[in-house]
Amino acid sequence: MSQYLFLYRGAQRPTSPTEAQQVMQKWMTWFEELGKRGHIKDPGQPLEPTGKVVKGRQKSVTDGPFAEAKDLVGGYTIVEATDIAEAAEISKGCPIFERDGFVEVRPVMKM
Amino acid sequence: MISVLTRIFGFHNLALAEDVVQDAFCQALEVWKFRGLPENPSAWLMACAQRKAIDVLRRERTAREFAPELGRLAESEWTLVPAVEQRFAPHTIQDDLLRMMFSCCDPRLKEEAQVALILHILCGLSVGEVAGALVAGHAAVEKRIGRAKQVLAGARGLYEIADERQVTARLPAVQRALYLLFNEGYHGASTQDVIRGELCRDAIRLARLLQEHPAGDTPATRALIALMCLHAARLPSRLDAEGELRSLLDQDRSRWDRALLAEGQHWLERSATGAELSDYHLEAAIAWMHGSARSAEATDWPRIVALYDQLLAVRPSPVVALNRAIAVAQAEGPERGLAAIRAIDRVEKLERYPFYPAALAELELRRGHTDVAREHFERAKSLARNPSERRFFEQRLEACGASG
Repeated sequence: MSQYLFLYRGAQRPTSPTEAQQVMQKWMTWFEELGKRGHIKDPGQPLEPTGKVVKGRQKSVTDGPFAEAKDLVGGYTIVEATDIAEAAEISKGCPIFERDGFVEVRPVMKM
Repeated sequence: MISVLTRIFGFHNLALAEDVVQDAFCQALEVWKFRGLPENPSAWLMACAQRKAIDVLRRERTAREFAPELGRLAESEWTLVPAVEQRFAPHTIQDDLLRMMFSCCDPRLKEEAQVALILHILCGLSVGEVAGALVAGHAAVEKRIGRAKQVLAGARGLYEIADERQVTARLPAVQRALYLLFNEGYHGASTQDVIRGELCRDAIRLARLLQEHPAGDTPATRALIALMCLHAARLPSRLDAEGELRSLLDQDRSRWDRALLAEGQHWLERSATGAELSDYHLEAAIAWMHGSARSAEATDWPRIVALYDQLLAVRPSPVVALNRAIAVAQAEGPERGLAAIRAIDRVEKLERYPFYPAALAELELRRGHTDVAREHFERAKSLARNPSERRFFEQRLEACGASG
């Protein structure tokens, strides 16, 4: 089994508590399903949409956002799969696609 | 949660308190999405709201403006965090809920505005849900709540309950609002049983909170809890297995909630101290007469009529008089019941109440005047406030057909 990093990018934020609750329910169901099939190495964490960017030789610090809102990383998960094809297939079940977001699947480099 | 935050931020910042709560809620959902539900979600939310409150106060240079009750404590990082933490301690939260309850029952607000505000702020219902629960238009409720908040914003802090005299002064208004809240759940026209059950539970929870305060623990408060428990015990049997409305007379009494009945009895006994005999005492006593009877036939109807007589003396109301007339009919036959209905004072107030013609119809049917009964049931049907009431009257109409 190899490990893959899922970066969740650019999903629209829910606009009401009711909507947020529905979104959460879908994600929890999805994670549960992945867990049962033994694909979760680390469920990961969501990320705040703001922060700082430290850049250049001067190490200048500026406020985020770091990318266009449509590319913003909203959270990550570490998944276990036999190969990149399977990892990509797994990501298709993610509820993020319903909210115009996407998943970046990156193999974790082996030692 | 909003109560605690309002205590910290002051009433003029109620909107800020609501934002903090909503923020905490959204963050919670975002994290739970990944990590699953924590063991104690409400404690988690509280902790989250607490952190956010501290963030807001840190951001605001004018913390004192934002947190009048914290005063100077909010100005230094050393004292800010412990001061906020203390406001989130469980016993403080209880106190704040109670103070919020008293604040909502401001005499400058109409009773229906008080109830709407309690539902919105203390029970956490959205404006839409409040409108659903009170069977009122969304825009009207939004206006009502908005205006009420404006009135309250004039007072910077929550109502003070440390002084017993102040509690006593506003206690009747708080009891009345909780009574109305419960009634909204129990008798209200909302079609959703889930909502109704929740309203009843919320009312009982808040009434218990009131009773736990030394100055709130009066015989009338205990009687109020008793009457809520005794009525709520009958909720499970108001609808039968098919989801149809059942009258008290032919409910399946085995489905009554024994634990709630016992609790109601306990509070009724504990309410019998002192000289005060409130309308809550009388209503609880009537509910207990029903709750303790094995069947409609085994009920002590003459005693219930006597209790209604007393209740009418304390709180004259056409609906109470109608209920009394039904009890008279049970005790002395339909003729006497009809006479009692005809004698109701201000009967025109019942004009749009579907159970008024329905009561007339039942009694006419019982004395064999099927045609008159049918007319009254038709009228009741046209006044029905929701589908289950309509189906109930349709079934009664069929009963007229069968015997006529």
